[in-house]
Amino acid sequence: MEVKLVNLTKIFSKKEGDVCAVDHINITIPNGKLVGLLGPSGCGKSTTLYMIAGLHRPSDGQIFFGETEVSKYPPEKRGIGLVFQNYALYPHLTVKENIMFPLENKKMPKKEALEKAQKYAALVGIENLMDRKPGQLSGGQQQRVAIARALVKEPEVLLLDEPLSNLDARLRLQTREEIKRIQKNTGVTTIFVTHDQEEAMSISDEIVVMNFGVVHQIGKPQDVYNEPIDMFVAKFLGTPPINILPAKVVNSKIKLFDDEFKEDVKIDFVEGQELNIGIRPEFVQIDENGKYEIHVEMVEYIGRDKSILFHFKGQESTCKAIVPSNLMVEPDSDIKINFNRFFLFDKEGKRLV
Amino acid sequence: MQDKEINFDCKVDFDGNLVTSKETKTSKKTPKKINDKKKKQNNKTAMLEWKKDGWKAVISLAPALLILLVFTFYPIVRTFIISFFPHYNYLDDSFGAFGVDSFTRVLSDPLFWRAMANTAIMVLVSVPLSIIIALLITVLLNSIKRLQGFFQVIFFLPYVTNGIAFGLVFATIFSPMDYGLINTLIHFFGGKSIAWTGTAETIPYWAGIFVITIYSIWNGLAFKILVFLSGLQGIDKQYYQAAQIDSTPKWRVFTKITVPLLSPMILYITITSLIGAFKSYSSIVALFGESMGNSQDRTFITAVGYIYRYFNDVTSGGSVTMLSRASAAALILFVFIMIITFVQMWANSKKVHY
Repeated sequence: MEVKLVNLTKIFSKKEGDVCAVDHINITIPNGKLVGLLGPSGCGKSTTLYMIAGLHRPSDGQIFFGETEVSKYPPEKRGIGLVFQNYALYPHLTVKENIMFPLENKKMPKKEALEKAQKYAALVGIENLMDRKPGQLSGGQQQRVAIARALVKEPEVLLLDEPLSNLDARLRLQTREEIKRIQKNTGVTTIFVTHDQEEAMSISDEIVVMNFGVVHQIGKPQDVYNEPIDMFVAKFLGTPPINILPAKVVNSKIKLFDDEFKEDVKIDFVEGQELNIGIRPEFVQIDENGKYEIHVEMVEYIGRDKSILFHFKGQESTCKAIVPSNLMVEPDSDIKINFNRFFLFDKEGKRLV
Repeated sequence: MQDKEINFDCKVDFDGNLVTSKETKTSKKTPKKINDKKKKQNNKTAMLEWKKDGWKAVISLAPALLILLVFTFYPIVRTFIISFFPHYNYLDDSFGAFGVDSFTRVLSDPLFWRAMANTAIMVLVSVPLSIIIALLITVLLNSIKRLQGFFQVIFFLPYVTNGIAFGLVFATIFSPMDYGLINTLIHFFGGKSIAWTGTAETIPYWAGIFVITIYSIWNGLAFKILVFLSGLQGIDKQYYQAAQIDSTPKWRVFTKITVPLLSPMILYITITSLIGAFKSYSSIVALFGESMGNSQDRTFITAVGYIYRYFNDVTSGGSVTMLSRASAAALILFVFIMIITFVQMWANSKKVHY
């Protein structure tokens, strides 16, 4: 089912004054897609999710599930499944009872409920743990039980709140593929919240990048990564993070520190305008005839690639570059580089090129 | 050799540390164990270590232990012994012959069975009733948003109220006179006055039990609510949100989520109130006087009341040998409480989720 958020707003009234957690956001989540709400903590992504779930009442705006407006519906009338950050599995019930719980609420016959529970347990791969209690399961297993419990009532929309944040690094990789697979198999429209850009990029069909209650960019992960709409999005996506270099327009030319920025820029600039140049680590290319001279401080081997910590001649601030590991780079040496690509932002962070 | 000794020292040190955290009983055993196990050569170090840590434990526990020994353990042992000597005379501390006469007399005394029946009613009726009522009030109290603090104070007030004030309020409400609150109400609807409390022979049994039940429910409510409320506020709100999203009916939320998650508190409250009900005495005296009903029938006598009656007999000039009978009754009550508690623990081990 398509989920549409129209001018959705949430204001929390506090003693110190009102806090606008979500500020007039408009998002359309296509039917059957897996969408990641991405942003730093406190950006309003969880609040948005809870509003979709109905646990928070929006201050303004509407939520549509398909054609129906559900903003005024209580959570139980929305037909959603929600997986909580710490799963909220009932500790006194077995895995089987936990998964069957939503069905028993609907007064489904016991036999049918059991069959359904078994079907979804098999889907998430926990069919041999049915008689255990949540306390006897690992984090990853609990996570699967929570997903099975959310899916068993066959919801129109599945919501996941930071689904992987309680898992260790290895399990996280494994589970996120699992979530992708389960979503594909069931075809349920899924919205999940995360602050981990890698996680969002790897499994989402679309990502929504948010900050301070505002949506910055919506799109396919690769598109958002390749063409960030502003500096926030460019900085938030990618590890190691993008290098942001301050620049200035002098004599109709862009000056990068003391050097000239020797790239073609087909934009009219105002004299003296301050700019930010964004260069992803992988945009840096080592070239004997390169246009820029840099000083290499440190070289790190990270398996397939090599990470180089460098600074421009006569500058303090360091930048990072990722180059293939077969390239010979000595620490504490001067080399020349070129940029494959670059992003140009104005002083406020708006993308220019 | 040197190494060995160091190793051993470490072990003793560890034992010694354990000793300090346990009761003196175990601490006394520890050196013995070491004596048996280890060579003579190392005994000295072990003893020294124990003396250092063991005595610290003894000294720290001594004040509490002394009071417990004198006022709890000694009387218990005395009671046990006296109950088996039917002719025990407390004036000259002479025991006489050993026998189980006191037990057979108590068990064949109709007054004892009346006391047990009354106690059983309190245990089986007012305890479960008060727990259920407290649980319901707590859940309602927790679900209101406005004035929650105000209502919490109201329900907690009885806990800080003086027992006498409490009794006076009840005496007014359930006064056997025509001006009693309930009787006034009955008159209003054209009924006749009922003797609710006091020592009159005309108190109907059901009326007395009714008042006792109301009184004990009300009396224990505040503490139960306090315990349940703190337990309830410790339950993760997400369980309720999850239940709400799964459209769980309210009653099912209560029985399937709240009650199981509160079960440790419910167990605690059940055991303490059961024991409390078994021991109930003062509330009955407050309502029906020291004879616990009229002086012939003692209609509302409880188990503790029964024990006290014989004990009182002795001190107020009755036969001095009655003390053995009181002891026997106390022992029987003790066995009852123990059995019920064990059954409770056993039943709950399957139902309580920590």
